Amino acid sequence: MNDMTTTTENTVENTTETPAVLDASGVTMRFGGLTAVRSVDLKVHAGEIVGLIGPNGAGKTTFFNCLTGLYVPTEGKVSYKGTVLPPKPHLVTQAGIARTFQNIRLFANMTVLENVLVGRHTRTKEGLWSALLRGPGFKKAEAASHKRAMELLEFIGLEHKADHLARNLPYGEQRKLEIARALASDPGLLLLDEPTAGMNPQETRVTEELIFAIRDQGIAVLVIEHDMRFIFNLCDRVACLVQGEKLVEGTPSVVQGDERVVAAYLGTPFEGAPGAEEAAEVEAAEEAQGTTSKTSTTSTTSPEGETP
Amino acid sequence: MTTDTTQTAETAPANRNSRANMFRWLTLAGGLATTASTFLAWTYTDEFPGDLTVYGYPGGLQVLTLVAGLLTTLYALAALDIKGLRWLAPTGTTKALRLLALGALGTTWFTVIAIAVELGGMVNLEPGGFVAAVASAIPVAAAFQLPDDTRKAKRPKELPSWAEILIIVAAFAIGLFVVTYGIDTEYAELFTGYMITAGFAIAALFKAGLMARLSALTTKYRSIAVAAAFVAAAAFPFTQNTDQFTLIAVNILIFATVALGLNIVVGLAGLLDLGYVAFLGVGAYTAALVSGTTASAFDVQFPFWASVLTGGVVSLIFGVVIGAPTLRLRGDYLAIVTLGFGEIFRITVGNLDGVSGPQVTNGPNGVPNVPDLVFFGYDFGESHTIAGIELGSYANYYLLMLLAMILVVLVFSRAGSSRIGRAWVAIREDETAATAMGINGFRVKLIAFALGATLAGLAGTVQAHVQSTVVPEMYVFAGPVPPNSAFLLAAVILGGMGTISGPLIGATLLYMIPAKLQFLQDYQLLGFGIALILLMRFRPEGLIANRRAQLEYHETDQLDVPDKGLTDSGVGITKAGA
Repeated sequence: MNDMTTTTENTVENTTETPAVLDASGVTMRFGGLTAVRSVDLKVHAGEIVGLIGPNGAGKTTFFNCLTGLYVPTEGKVSYKGTVLPPKPHLVTQAGIARTFQNIRLFANMTVLENVLVGRHTRTKEGLWSALLRGPGFKKAEAASHKRAMELLEFIGLEHKADHLARNLPYGEQRKLEIARALASDPGLLLLDEPTAGMNPQETRVTEELIFAIRDQGIAVLVIEHDMRFIFNLCDRVACLVQGEKLVEGTPSVVQGDERVVAAYLGTPFEGAPGAEEAAEVEAAEEAQGTTSKTSTTSTTSPEGETP
Repeated sequence: MTTDTTQTAETAPANRNSRANMFRWLTLAGGLATTASTFLAWTYTDEFPGDLTVYGYPGGLQVLTLVAGLLTTLYALAALDIKGLRWLAPTGTTKALRLLALGALGTTWFTVIAIAVELGGMVNLEPGGFVAAVASAIPVAAAFQLPDDTRKAKRPKELPSWAEILIIVAAFAIGLFVVTYGIDTEYAELFTGYMITAGFAIAALFKAGLMARLSALTTKYRSIAVAAAFVAAAAFPFTQNTDQFTLIAVNILIFATVALGLNIVVGLAGLLDLGYVAFLGVGAYTAALVSGTTASAFDVQFPFWASVLTGGVVSLIFGVVIGAPTLRLRGDYLAIVTLGFGEIFRITVGNLDGVSGPQVTNGPNGVPNVPDLVFFGYDFGESHTIAGIELGSYANYYLLMLLAMILVVLVFSRAGSSRIGRAWVAIREDETAATAMGINGFRVKLIAFALGATLAGLAGTVQAHVQSTVVPEMYVFAGPVPPNSAFLLAAVILGGMGTISGPLIGATLLYMIPAKLQFLQDYQLLGFGIALILLMRFRPEGLIANRRAQLEYHETDQLDVPDKGLTDSGVGITKAGA
């Protein structure tokens, strides 16, 4: 644990001149008796890609929802660039944090372009009156929004599908579109909830480059992901959440080498676990059985059933 | 042996072709025979409405059969590739022919059966009636033997723009004529025949691709098309001699305007409002109370512009007051609460009679004797002569209501295609995602709700003067006379959610059918129930689909969009990675 804290402190020292883009301190979320997130601290600095990993049910998405105001944290506070965020999703987005969802939540029956335009909502001000009166200001703002939206579609490579319905896009493109929609609100911090879930390795690589390109625009990124190779390639810093608590935080190599992380994912070997000797013994016994009654054994004694 | 097989292979398509052509000629002959049969007498007596007893002169329902027969003939000629008629069917003739033949059959057989049933037996039919029945069956039998020739529409020939504009004007003139004919039908049989003929003919024109061609033209000259539509609508009262049908038209306009207002709330923002008619009531009561009628509790007489403003503002306040607590609810809960508020309005108004509560609205007796509007000395209650045509008092209201509808159409289209409109649709699609995109869900929904309420209130102020009496029972949830909340919602869904023309058409149908088919009174709600179920099964997007809904329910249509980007998923990297 000491090792861990030093690494985080190092990174903090490097960037102390500016306040962290995201500073969550002591965030706790309780649902009745269940504590889904327990006093988690996390900082994200400008130009950083931070990963958040953890086994299923560790509270990663709950933590995300606390950050973006979908949940009001029971304890703790979240601040963005030094100001404490109000617990309302639209105000959080207005402040400069945009997000995507674990299960894609596009506006399925709107076109690709309209989806991105909706993302521009907080950065434009035209209300009902200006829409009804259609003054020059309205046209200008509308044209500017269209231009920015098309730029973003070009950025993710979907400009040729601007008029398609979002629901008719292939899965990978829907994921990309969700990112473009989030980027449309000109965020300072982008939260990605499992951006490569269900993608093939090639698509994952594309997403990786996309996230690097987003970082290069000066947007800090916080990613939840299960794909370890992806996360360790991508991130400058990784935090591991287990059962609602932050277990480790540090550079990818540090987290990768931490046996507690491995244990959290794969479980610890218990006391009477079969060693190499026992395994060999069982194998030999199975082989012997197999030679005596080759035909009948396969169904009655399956090897998976035998080894604990 | 080999030569033999090749020969049959070559002749088979030719055979099939000649067979198809034979049926096309048969359809043509049937169409002509149907047309000709309308010039015969179908019955002996003139007891059956319309004059079907004269040889050489089609009357009443025969005219409808004549139209259907002529259209069948025309499309049969187009199917035979007669030069100059190809434009009739850009996407193929067979399906259109089948529908037209069915329309002619339906109208003819309906007439013949109606004669036999109403006059008591087949003996009342002249031979002409039997001829017509047989003749109209021929095209149906033949058309269903035709091979399907559905094709993709070719790029239409470029016409000079004046010709295209002329086509739009002609189309709207025809539209005006068809709608006027429907409103002017004098007896239920004629209206039923009209519905059969018009329904099949319009469906046929859609299948033939002619409507798609027309809508392409109207999109191209959008402002001209909109102007033509409103000129056609404004021309309606000039075609009327009496006020009888103008009153129906005024009521249709009120109904349609309110339905369009509801479409903002339901179609765009996705808020299921089951008490919408209450806002119409708020507007109507406000206008009635400030109209200077002796029955009003307030001794004031506002000029019309002021009473419109008052009605709108009071409705707006009611909209906000009702919306603010309820719009935090979603889906079914919102529907139930709005239903409750709608009923609360009606019952409250019924109790403000000086006995159960303060005397404001005269309770169930309502506010009678709402005077006619006077607009800068122009009395809406009197007849005026414009351009040599005398316009009755309802014509004045018709034109005023048309202005109100133009306002609502303008509000709908402008709000719909703007930042706020996109926010409404986003809220409808996924409220959580919408708020995560920075949309203040509550505020945006409240704007939609209040806007809808205000527009309904505006319509209500005119309604009070048209009806001259305002009673609580006009604003029930469901009742036999539109507009009520259930019918408003039905008009929106039937016509097509999120479109402008959809609710207008839906409201027109829902008002005309009960008004014209009085004998259906008892079965009306049953009929609408069945019609809605059938509609949801076969055309869930409504009669008029907006672009989104069309794509939503008929995914194959998406293939029309050039789809070159499926294979180049890697292209994205180059730009993003750069």
